[in-house]
Amino acid sequence: MLTILRQIAKTGIKTEPAPSPAEETVQVARLQERILRLIGRALAIRHVDAGSCNGCELEIHALGNPYYNLEGLGIKFVASPRHADMLLVTGPVSKHMAIALKRTYEATPEPKLVVAVGDCACSGGIFGESYASCGRVANLIPVDVAIPGCPPPPTALLQGILAAISKAAPADEAETDPPRAAHGPLIDSSP
Amino acid sequence: MNVSALGIATATLASGIRAQRAPVSAAQLLAACRLAWEQGGQLVALWASDERDRERGFSLRVLLKDADGLMLLEHTLADEGARYPDLAPIFPAANRMQRAVFDLVGVECDAEDQRPWLWQAAWPIDRFPLRRDFESSTRWDPGVEDYPFVRVAGDGVHEIPVGPVHAGVIEPGHFRFQVVGEKVLRLEERLAYTHKGIEKRFEAYSLAAGHRLAGRVSGDSTVAYAWAYAQAVEAIAGVGAPARAIALRALCLERERIANHLGDLGALGNDAGFAFGLAQFSRLKEDVLRLNAQAFGHRLLMDFVVPGGVARDLEVVAGEAIQAQCARVARELRVLHDIYDEHAGLQDRFRNCGQVTRELAVQLGLTGFAARASGLADDLRCDFPTPPYDALGVRRVTHVAGDVWARVAVRFDETLESLRLCESLLTALPAGGVATPLPDRTPAGFALGIVEGWRGPVIIGLEGGADGAIRRCHPHDPSWQNWPVLEHAVIGNIVPDFPLINKSFNLSYSGHDL
Repeated sequence: MLTILRQIAKTGIKTEPAPSPAEETVQVARLQERILRLIGRALAIRHVDAGSCNGCELEIHALGNPYYNLEGLGIKFVASPRHADMLLVTGPVSKHMAIALKRTYEATPEPKLVVAVGDCACSGGIFGESYASCGRVANLIPVDVAIPGCPPPPTALLQGILAAISKAAPADEAETDPPRAAHGPLIDSSP
Repeated sequence: MNVSALGIATATLASGIRAQRAPVSAAQLLAACRLAWEQGGQLVALWASDERDRERGFSLRVLLKDADGLMLLEHTLADEGARYPDLAPIFPAANRMQRAVFDLVGVECDAEDQRPWLWQAAWPIDRFPLRRDFESSTRWDPGVEDYPFVRVAGDGVHEIPVGPVHAGVIEPGHFRFQVVGEKVLRLEERLAYTHKGIEKRFEAYSLAAGHRLAGRVSGDSTVAYAWAYAQAVEAIAGVGAPARAIALRALCLERERIANHLGDLGALGNDAGFAFGLAQFSRLKEDVLRLNAQAFGHRLLMDFVVPGGVARDLEVVAGEAIQAQCARVARELRVLHDIYDEHAGLQDRFRNCGQVTRELAVQLGLTGFAARASGLADDLRCDFPTPPYDALGVRRVTHVAGDVWARVAVRFDETLESLRLCESLLTALPAGGVATPLPDRTPAGFALGIVEGWRGPVIIGLEGGADGAIRRCHPHDPSWQNWPVLEHAVIGNIVPDFPLINKSFNLSYSGHDL
């Protein structure tokens, strides 16, 4: 136990400030507030690998490491699309994953966001469209934000996720208005 | 392997390690496989190609490995009606490879098991994508396949279907558990969800440009695949990469091994409820990836290895930074190793969990680091050391318990050894250029590339046409051998231990599904 505590103390806090979204500047301090206003709680992401090479998954994993500390921003990965606000989809969509991806999308409650991750998810990438590949994610389900890169590094992933949230809850509105009816909380927190 | 007693004539084959090739009849194919098995050989890969445009029907290729090196047996099937002998009774790993051969090329073996493997109703079952007359531009809507899973019957037995969309951030696949209470009676895997037509896609590339696609067969093994591919291209083109480039490739291959082992060591701690492990190891892995980006231009090292050499040189400062990092990571790894060793909760979850005995490992052809955790010692870097490994004296890592703990222990030891190798490589980094230009037009020919990736041997079977284009490229991942072993490793364990056992192998879906 002492060794563990010593290692924790020696390591210290490695978390770095989150990057700004690509399109606009967001005060990260207000991010949690905006997520709360949009969905009433922490942002829940369901990841779907629709046929990737696993490169994008490695970088999505990296978001959880102490440097990026995704959970510290009030964003978490969940095990079921039914608990999710956002789908993070990687890969060219293989024909074999087409039905599973559509079902996952349908199982995700409204309001929902879809972020396509990586060159393959954006355009079909190096694998393109073929007898076995449907190409980009937008060929199957509506995409809100596409993050290019092969694979996109964690900072680009964070920017993309934050951009999607900002898009759904524009800064001005979120900071002045009460939660919008159309985007009411998914879970009613009132007693 | 000496097959002359079987009346088989062999010729030397261009390959990353010692290799021979031999045309064989059906009877000779069976006899050679039996002989290889008796002499401790294993099946490495099995694939086929359509040669009807050259009046040679279909060619079945069976790649074996033993202490002498590789042996490629080539069996010609006159037409699509001809069948070849079922090799699964000798090498069980052949089963899925044979089914995949039918799905993609449309030639059958005489096995009883004729279920599809890579085919999941995405294209008509009587069309074969790797035939040369396949209509590449035709698109079909995905259908629904009714796969005949084996069911266990009895009092209290129930079925748990999992996937293809999994609960974690991992690749898609389907697992069908038959359980009684918490105990797993049987696990059946259904893969191929990430099948995206990689082998067909290769045909659109020239030999000189295919490395980018090869480097994306399995994203966590991009260096291994790109290097194996480069080996094959260089053998066909008759060029050699400069010594400095070869040393840099090895440096990157070892850093790929380090990064993957670090990531999995953290995830394994986390799967056993020890979040501290995930935080510590993911931090170390991130340090490695960040330095990769600085030193080699890419966090996962994609597109660094190119045919003829590597894409860029390593600066002196970056080399020094890597050496300093190796020393620091090794120091921290020893601390974490002690913590894992002394943590009662981890030991309780890891020990005797998902055990694969040596006997089972041999029988099923388990390969790579997982085999080295079950008492086998195969490691291409030690068995067939090619430059720069011949000068490094790679220390073989083996453990015998065959459980999750042994696979964790192998990863700790291999990571430390790889850190040592990186330091040695940098201390004696040869001077000179980092790339040899390829000829404007690469000649026609066939060659093999083979590299000990972090998961196990990665193979590229490459054939170039006279026009410099890829005629056929078959990438083979060690996951083909190890996926079936996972089905055995979980028998008798409880369902909640499956994620732990699965992660301890960490097999590739994309590299297998192609």
